Amino acid sequence: MAEEHVASPAVEASPAVAATTTGAAAPAKHVQPAAEETSLITGSEAIAVACKLADVDVITAYPIRPYDTVMQYVAKLVSNGEMDCEYIVAESEHSQFEIVKHASAVGARVFCGSSGVGWMHAFEALTVTPALRIPMVTMVGNRALDDPGAFGVEHNDALAVRDLGWQLVWVDNAQEALDTALIAYRVAEDRRIFLPCAISCDGAFLTHSQALVKIPSQAKVNAFLPRYNRGDLLLHPDNPITVAPQANEDWLMEIRRQGAAAMERSPSVIREAYAEFEKIFGRRYGNPFFEEYMTDDADVVLVGMGTLSTPVKVCIRQMRQEGKKVGFVRVRWFRPFAAEELAASLGRFKSIGVIDRDFSLGSPYHSGVLTTEVRAAMYGLSKRVPVLGFICGLGGREVTLPDVRKMAEKVYLAADGKPQPPTQWIGLRE
Amino acid sequence: MGRLFAVEIVYRGIFQKTLAKNISRAIVLAAQREGKPGISFGRYGDSPERNGIPAKSFAIVATDDLTLEEGMAQYEPKQVDVTISVDDTLCKGVESWAWYGLQPINRLLKPNGVLIVTSLEGPESLIKMMHRKEHPYRLAILKGTRSFSGLWVYKDDHTDVRILGAMAKLLPELFSLMSLQETIRSEWHDEVKAISAQRAFERATTTTVQPTQGNPETPYSFEFPKWTEMREGIAIPSIARGHQMKDPKTGEMGGFQPERNPTFKKYTTRTMRPVVDFSTCIKCTLCWLQCPDSCFDVTPDGLYDANMQACCGCGVCEAVCPVEKCVTMVSETQFSDNASQWEQWKKDPDGYKQWLESTIASRPERSHGFRFRGQYEQQVPEMLEIAQRE
Repeated sequence: MAEEHVASPAVEASPAVAATTTGAAAPAKHVQPAAEETSLITGSEAIAVACKLADVDVITAYPIRPYDTVMQYVAKLVSNGEMDCEYIVAESEHSQFEIVKHASAVGARVFCGSSGVGWMHAFEALTVTPALRIPMVTMVGNRALDDPGAFGVEHNDALAVRDLGWQLVWVDNAQEALDTALIAYRVAEDRRIFLPCAISCDGAFLTHSQALVKIPSQAKVNAFLPRYNRGDLLLHPDNPITVAPQANEDWLMEIRRQGAAAMERSPSVIREAYAEFEKIFGRRYGNPFFEEYMTDDADVVLVGMGTLSTPVKVCIRQMRQEGKKVGFVRVRWFRPFAAEELAASLGRFKSIGVIDRDFSLGSPYHSGVLTTEVRAAMYGLSKRVPVLGFICGLGGREVTLPDVRKMAEKVYLAADGKPQPPTQWIGLRE
Repeated sequence: MGRLFAVEIVYRGIFQKTLAKNISRAIVLAAQREGKPGISFGRYGDSPERNGIPAKSFAIVATDDLTLEEGMAQYEPKQVDVTISVDDTLCKGVESWAWYGLQPINRLLKPNGVLIVTSLEGPESLIKMMHRKEHPYRLAILKGTRSFSGLWVYKDDHTDVRILGAMAKLLPELFSLMSLQETIRSEWHDEVKAISAQRAFERATTTTVQPTQGNPETPYSFEFPKWTEMREGIAIPSIARGHQMKDPKTGEMGGFQPERNPTFKKYTTRTMRPVVDFSTCIKCTLCWLQCPDSCFDVTPDGLYDANMQACCGCGVCEAVCPVEKCVTMVSETQFSDNASQWEQWKKDPDGYKQWLESTIASRPERSHGFRFRGQYEQQVPEMLEIAQRE
C-alpha cells in the first residue's frame, strides 16, 4: 500500500523531462484548495520560494553552480519587493556560513547554501554549527568535488558532514524541495532539536529543470511554522551569555552527548512535522524517512537517494510488465538514519541492491556510503538478506534505464543464490 | 612489578616551558643510563603557551618496561616521588587550564616525598604559603631567583642542572650523580654545568614538613555538572556587570566594581602584584584603561584599586603609570592575603604608607617582562652568583 500513501509529484512533474512531457498534462490527482497557485519553477526556485514563505531574516550568498540558482532567485524576490530579508553576498563560502551562524545565534531565521567544493570551503563553519545548536537550514546543490570543472551531481559533498550533527535530507522533485524546506525549518528550530538541516538537491536534474509546483498560501505556512524562538540560548544583552567559550576535554564529551540526544529526538519531531504538514497543506508523504515504490509484492528492491528515482521507477514499471517483481525504496532522511524501520522493511525481500551516487574509497567492501549504512542497519536482522552495492551516475552521468535493469537483474541473481561481488560499478566504460 | 618513579615539574607557562622540558628530559636520560626506561611529557591540556599560566611536565621512570606501561596507563600520575616547583609563588597553589579549582603544590606527593622549590625565601616563609598535607613530606630549597625566559629564548642559568643535582642526592634510586653528569656532558657539552650539578648535589638538604604545618585553608574546588545539567549550545551564563563600591570609613557609595568570575580566581596566576600609593595617585586613569584583565576597581573617591581576584600580575600598570613609585610590582611571596589595598589605606593611611614603603623596599627583581637586549646575559651571572653563595 505504501506507494499510494505517497504524494506523487515525481510522476506528475519529474525532473528533466517534466516540463516537456508530463508537466503540462499532469492529471490533478490530488484536489488542492483553490487558494494555492501553481508555478513552473526549478527545484532551486522552489527552495527560494520556501525561504520567502518562511519569512527568512538573513540569507548569505556566494556563487557556485548549481546552488547559485537559489541565490539568484532570492535576489530577484528581494529586488522585486516580494521578500524582506538581509541579503548578504559574502566573499567566500566560509564567511557565508559564519555570517548566518552568528545571525541565528541572535535570533534570526537564516538560510544558506552551497555546492561541492564550496560546501567544503565552509567546512570549519559547518563543523561548529551543530555543536552551537544553530538551527540553520541550507540547500546543498549536490555537485562533484571538483575534479577540475566537474559540476554534475554526486552526493559526497553533503555526505561529508554526516557525522557532525547535521540533519540531512534528499528530495527528488521541486514540490518536495519546497515542502521539505518548510518542514526543515520546523524541525531544526524545534527547541528539542536545534540542529542544522541540509536539503540535498541533485545538481542539474533538480536544480535546473522546471516543474509545476503548487505554492502554498502564506496563511497556511504561518499556521505550520512557528516563529524561531532561541529561548535561553539567545545572544542578546537582556540574556547575558557567552557562546562558545574554550571547551577542553573536561567538557567536550558532555557537549557531544547533548548533540547526540538532540539527534536521537529528531525522528519523532520529524514525524510530528510531516503529520502536521499533511493536516495543514493536505499533501501526504507517507513515511517521512523513506518512500517505498511498488514494494508490497516485490521479490527484490533497489535503494537509492535523489533524482535517480525517476529512471528507477520507470524501469521497474517496464520490468513488472515482464513479470519481474522489483520495488524501490528512496531514502529521504539520511540523518537521522531510520535504521530500525528501514531494516525491518528491507528484511522482507529476497535481495536488495543499493545505488550510491557517491563513493567512499577504501570503505568496507569498497562500497558507497549509503550501501555501507544500509548494511550496518541490517546487521541485527536474524534473516541475512544479500545487499549488493552499486556505484552509479557519478559526476552527473545519466543513470539510464538499461543501467537500472542491469542492477535489478544482478539483484535477482543474488536472490537466486548466485554469488555477486559486493560492489559493482554501473555505467562505467570498461 | 618493579619500582615506578614519578616526578612532576610545576612551572609557569611560556616563561619556563623549556626549563621544565629540559629537567624532565634529563631525568629520563639519566635514569636510562642505569637501565631504567622512562617517558617525559608535558601535560597537553595546560596550554602553557600563555604567560604565567601554571603548567606541568612529568617524568615517569621504571625499573622495567612493563612497570613503565603500568605507570603510563593514566593521563598523569596520581602520586609522585618528587615535585619540583621552579617558581616559589606556585607554593600558594596551582590553577592550571587543564583543571578547575585550586590544587595545593604538594597534592601529589607520596608520604615522605620531596618538594624541591627554587627560591630566595627560607622554609618558614614557603611552608606558610603551602596547603597542609595529611602526611609528612620533605622540603628542599634551591637558592635562586625564578628562572624566566621565553618560548624562543632560554636563559641558561644552570637552574636545570642544579635541580637535577639535588635530585640525585634526595632520590638516589632514580639516578646517581655520575649518571647525571654523563647525561649533562652528552646533552649540553658543558663541563661547568656538570660542576653546578655536583655543587647542588653536595649542598642539598631537606626540612621535614609536618601535617600540622602550612596553610589550613581548604582549597577552592569545582564540581563538574552532568551533561543533562549543562546549558546546550556551548553557552554559559555571562558574569554580571558590577556594582558600586562602599567606602569602609565613611560608608559613601560610588565608583564601580565589575563582577568577577566566581569559578576562576586569579590568585595563583601571579608571580608579582602591583602595590599602589594612593596618596600620590593623580587619577590619570591609565592603569585602569590599560589593564588587560580589567582588574582595577574604581573607588568612590575616584582612585583605582587593583583587585586581586582579577590581577594576573602582568605589570602593565606599573609600566604606564606616570608617577614615580605610585604603582610598584612586588613579588607575590611578600603577601599572605588578597585584601583590598585601598580599604587598608582608607582605614589607616599612615600605617598603609609605612607598609607600602617597607614592601617596596624589599621588592626583588621583576619576575618577567623582557625589557632590553642583553637582559638575560646580565641576569645569568647574577643567578650564578646566588648559586655560589648558597
